Amino acid sequence: MTLRTQHLLGIEQLHPDEIRSLLDLADQYAEHNRRGEWHRDVLAGLTQINMFFESSTRTQASFELAGKRLGADVMSMAMSQSSLNKGETLIDTALTLNAMRPDLLVVRHGQSGAVDLLAQKVNCAVLNAGDGRHEHPTQALLDALTIRRAKGRLHRLNVAICGDIAHSRVARSNILLLGKMENRVRLIGPPTLMPTGIADFGVEVYDDMAKGLKDVDVVMMLRLQKERMDGGFIPSEREYFHRYGLDAAKLAHAKPDAIVMHPGPMNRGVEIDGTLADDINRSVIQTQVEMGVAVRMAAMDLLARNLRAARAPKGVTV
Amino acid sequence: MSETLFANARLIDPVALRDGPGALLVRDGVIVEVCTEAPETMQARHKGARVIDCGGLCLAPGIVDIGVKIGEPGERHKESFRTAGRAAAAGGVTTIVTRPDTSPAIDTPEILEFVSRRAAEASPVRVLPMAALTKGRQGREMTEIGLMQDAGAVAFTDAFRVVTDTKVLSRALSYARALDALVIGHVQEPGLSAGAAMTSGKFASLRGLPAVSPMAERMGLDRDISLLEMTGAKYHADQITTARALPALERAKRNGLNITAGVSIHHLTLNDMDVADYRTFFKLTPPLRSEDDRLAVVQALSEGLIDIICSMHTPQDEESKRLPFEEAAAGAVGLETLLPAALRLYHAGQIDLPRLFAALSLNPSRRLGLPTGRLLDGAPADLVLFDPDAPFVLDRANLLSKSKNTPFDGARLQGKVRGTWVAGVDVSGRA
Repeated sequence: MTLRTQHLLGIEQLHPDEIRSLLDLADQYAEHNRRGEWHRDVLAGLTQINMFFESSTRTQASFELAGKRLGADVMSMAMSQSSLNKGETLIDTALTLNAMRPDLLVVRHGQSGAVDLLAQKVNCAVLNAGDGRHEHPTQALLDALTIRRAKGRLHRLNVAICGDIAHSRVARSNILLLGKMENRVRLIGPPTLMPTGIADFGVEVYDDMAKGLKDVDVVMMLRLQKERMDGGFIPSEREYFHRYGLDAAKLAHAKPDAIVMHPGPMNRGVEIDGTLADDINRSVIQTQVEMGVAVRMAAMDLLARNLRAARAPKGVTV
Repeated sequence: MSETLFANARLIDPVALRDGPGALLVRDGVIVEVCTEAPETMQARHKGARVIDCGGLCLAPGIVDIGVKIGEPGERHKESFRTAGRAAAAGGVTTIVTRPDTSPAIDTPEILEFVSRRAAEASPVRVLPMAALTKGRQGREMTEIGLMQDAGAVAFTDAFRVVTDTKVLSRALSYARALDALVIGHVQEPGLSAGAAMTSGKFASLRGLPAVSPMAERMGLDRDISLLEMTGAKYHADQITTARALPALERAKRNGLNITAGVSIHHLTLNDMDVADYRTFFKLTPPLRSEDDRLAVVQALSEGLIDIICSMHTPQDEESKRLPFEEAAAGAVGLETLLPAALRLYHAGQIDLPRLFAALSLNPSRRLGLPTGRLLDGAPADLVLFDPDAPFVLDRANLLSKSKNTPFDGARLQGKVRGTWVAGVDVSGRA
């Protein structure tokens, strides 16, 4: 059970076997978490620094908790208030932190590729907690674990991803992961929120919810990224809810046992009906949050194993 | 009276489209005799001449590179006339035609004079400046086109900034027409292009980068062609890089408009996939295109629809490139890699050497009304001697440019410059 890479930068670099083993380990951690069994020895003696150049509550809390439950020394830095405002470049910040010898660096940044760039300059393990519109690998992994637990498998499923695909790193990572695990992925959204060339990713593209949701097993809603809209992608929020917001009527086109997912934070009444989001028979949104901690524990555990193996004197196995 | 005989050469003649053995006699910086029939007899006829044995290597007219950015004034830490001139000499470029997108912009006869003076004292190769089309490149009022033309400006352009106000542009074109001044346009429709770091498509979507449709180029070109029909101006599109713009260009030429088009060497030899893991040295203006577009543009070049190859030399320091892709500055240096990169097309069988040098030397000279770019009696002895087959791996640290932002770092290239002469004088620093 290992990862081939030093960092977890995206789903793109992962092999299906790596995804499977990571999810298996996360599954165990999820059970341990439910029973309140902590394994503070796993990351004991390691330092984890969370650098969030973009503000985040849930992802940061999830990584922080995951590190603490495994015994790491965790430090979170709100980078929006840091020396970046004093004109320091991303690379200088990375080099400065690197000199403090952290072991795990959890990074979120508003620019696509920024985490890759940073990872080239440090010798610890870097976890991408979301970079621009590029990737958000732990979100896709926690979504996969949630689906696998709810559906009993992670292949040959029809999964619909709905909403603002163009600005979504969650969508990109999920498309890659679900594709690698041999599922059928449909993307549903207005053409203005659909990236160009997306059909070449082996997905089916719909601009109509009723048609797109027909007989799907999983409905994944995306947050309408209001803060990224520099104008005019959709006429209004209410028109968006009318055509693309998930409610009971639209969900009726999906399979009767279809589950509803959302990466959060939700805009109730914009992309998802509030009652539906709270429906414990359909919505697995709370499970996603729970699996988030487990998946991040598994990811950091596996990267720490590589780190220890790389640091061990030659000929010694750990 | 000094005579130099270039003996035992493989002459690349873009006028006669001839590639074959020959010899060439230069007197006082001018070509006075070109001999392709029994060239070995020339040495006997000109006993006093200094002989340069070309060893069977290619001798071609020196490259005329339209659109070179030099950091003077304003950004001398990125490139100076001295470093750019040396880089050009090393790359077989004998005439640099500079861009006016400096800070401040070259938009008055006074700044133009500063540039000309600096160039004359520092550069070993010829430097011809272009001037801004509108004041401060702001797109609001036209510059003193006539005065700057008298002061030596060879063309007028706002470089990568598009004059969005069509009334302003139509007036500038009309005015330039009366002076027979060449206007160079950047044809990327600016609204659609705003904020884009890549060309839209599967790869840009995978990388999550803001992208522009290749259609933006045709839109920009279509608008400028309409304005040419109105004004009859003399116009050159700086870079045509997409398949969809080609029919419009072909039609405009067929309709007799005074239009030519260029393309950068990077768009001829690289595509958007080369960006790979956010490599910012591959961030260009306009962004690199798909492989289909690249092949279409190569085809258009070999057919003569696209007239001119340029390097679009744009020096950037390390700090402006070591940033996340979206924030990083665009542009690549190209003076030293222009010829070896262009030879990739030759080695791939996509174009022969005379046609390649038509695009590198003859056509830009013709478009700017220069006597260079030809291997003819009476033409200036601006020459490049090169070995088209010599292989090497490019190390950017060895570039003479002050900035080293080349996308060809580590690339395997074929073609080494063995000598560069400007008006018969060896400027390559090797002699």
